[in-house]
Amino acid sequence: MDKSLHTVTLDRDKCKGCIACMKRCPTEAIRVRNGKAKVYYDRCIGCGECVRMCPHQAKLPAYDPLESIYKYKYRIAVPAPSLFGQFNNLDDVDLVLNALLELGFDDVFEVARGAELISEETRNLMRDGKLKKPIISSACPAVLELIMMRYHSLLSHVIDLVSPADVALRLAREKAESEGVPPEDIGVFFISPCPAKVYALKTGMGLDKPAADGVLSIGELYFKLLPVMSQLKDKPLKKLSKTGILGVRWAASGGESLGIYQNRYLAADGMENINNVLKAMEDGTLNYIDFVELGACPSGCVGGVLNVENPFVARVRIRALRDKLPPVANKLTDEKKDRSFYHWEVTPEAQDVYRLDSDLSVAIEKMQRIEAIYKTLPHLDCGGCGAPSCRAFAEDVARGETTLDMCSRR
Amino acid sequence: MTALHLEFDVAGNNFVSAGSASDEVKKTLKMLGVDAQFVRKVAIAMYEGEINMVIHAGGGKAAVDIYPDKIVIVLADHGPGIPDIELAMRDGYSTAPDAIRDLGFGAGMGLPNMKKYTDSMDIQSTVGKGTTVTMTVNFAA
Ligand SMILES: Nc1ncnc2c1ncn2[C@@H]1O[C@H](COP(=O)(O)OP(=O)(O)OP(=O)(O)O)[C@@H](O)[C@H]1O
Ligand code: SF4
Ligand code: SF4
Ligand SMILES: [Mg+2]
Repeated sequence: MDKSLHTVTLDRDKCKGCIACMKRCPTEAIRVRNGKAKVYYDRCIGCGECVRMCPHQAKLPAYDPLESIYKYKYRIAVPAPSLFGQFNNLDDVDLVLNALLELGFDDVFEVARGAELISEETRNLMRDGKLKKPIISSACPAVLELIMMRYHSLLSHVIDLVSPADVALRLAREKAESEGVPPEDIGVFFISPCPAKVYALKTGMGLDKPAADGVLSIGELYFKLLPVMSQLKDKPLKKLSKTGILGVRWAASGGESLGIYQNRYLAADGMENINNVLKAMEDGTLNYIDFVELGACPSGCVGGVLNVENPFVARVRIRALRDKLPPVANKLTDEKKDRSFYHWEVTPEAQDVYRLDSDLSVAIEKMQRIEAIYKTLPHLDCGGCGAPSCRAFAEDVARGETTLDMCSRR
Repeated sequence: MTALHLEFDVAGNNFVSAGSASDEVKKTLKMLGVDAQFVRKVAIAMYEGEINMVIHAGGGKAAVDIYPDKIVIVLADHGPGIPDIELAMRDGYSTAPDAIRDLGFGAGMGLPNMKKYTDSMDIQSTVGKGTTVTMTVNFAA
């Protein structure tokens, strides 16, 4: 499926070709061509770093507009827990959930409930003891894609569980069906904190077919929810929340690790940190760790670019909900599902996006050419050629994607 | 054909940059499309060898040759040398001082792991002159 529709797009009129996004893209997916930023989507992991960096608001994260829900007669909102971190002094998550009903949804199903179930299945798997340690969480799709592209030898360490959102979306749909709603009338909508999840949920990463009928943005809904929430403030609220704090804490880095009930875990967030952790795992220096939770965004999902609130503030608010929610509210035995329900149907495979050639001898020759070109460059990494570094430029020249004369400082 | 030849200076007692040569080699092997199982072996062996040069020998040079069927890594330093190589190769043998152990090194497992994850390893060392470790990983199952 076309990644450009589901990760980030460009407002060409606003793009000034300033190279800010290109310099920070963690997978070197961006080049500036003819004065505009161009994404090579096969390398894009949807991390949103370019959206964060662009000083001209030219990078737009992709998501479905709220109006798109009206294609369905019976609409269910499936909000990521980060949504609860967006509001000041929220003492009742039901205020947010009731406001979602006012916005046009017929039911709500919290992703945090799926998270509690995934936590329990993770504990079961760890107890079975068959997983390769350190076990890497599969929850952040940007991290999963990064591993698929750059850390092939670590793919076998990734736990083969579907995302909490997928669990919630499927349970939400089943609930509506069991209440007699005709299947074709039901639309289940994930409310996402980041473009990586928009892409993963829309394409059904790890599944035979996508569980979501659409993926909305926390940021877009935030501004529509605010006025409705203030109207509802003193009115009686329907009891809608069925999650504990354990599932909600998945919104911030370290939250998922709390759910394994063990101490030998590592939680890292932000692209640079997670790359360092993955490199160390490759070098075999983290073998004493049992579980590795990695989130591409700073502070975890609350740092995703579709959020509104500063991630540090959102994180504090998520923690503050501890006093308002039960510790855990969802158990595998309540759902009576086969264990396979929580596991990947399709195993994400290694992708060869950086490979120079399918023949190793030819690839070596190309690499020699890259080294030779690189030696002639000024090593300023100025970006003027449209590549993020002199090395990346040498690679682009050797791959035939640009020409040496694009470097004006040789 | 000629091998792809790469050279790196490994700075002594610089823990911030330690591992950067093996990082570059990993990156190169991935671009070449070398199978993940061999990348992993090279990663572990070269990282340990590089760290040994940083900790025990005040730095040195890494020279790497990549052929279509194998990689040869030569780590050469002008450090104190290893008086008893057989002893140094034993699981758990380490002369790392406490300050280094506090950083998480010094389990005495570096050399044994380098041997374990490579197809051949040779150590030439002269006390007072330095050490040269040559490791080969074949790209065949
Ligand atoms: N390049 C070197 N120069 C001098 N001495 C070395 C060198 N490499 C290893 N040694 C000696 O061999 C010993 C064993 O090395 P080894 O890598 O197995 O363990 P370590 O470095 O002490 O601990 P670890 O690798 O587990 O962190 C070292 O403690 C050191 O005395
Ligand atoms: S940061 Fe990227 S998208 Fe934004 S103006 Fe600069 S080149 Fe264009
Ligand atoms: S979303 Fe991330 S990976 Fe994709 S182009 Fe932007 S910075 Fe690069
Ligand atoms: Mg060592």
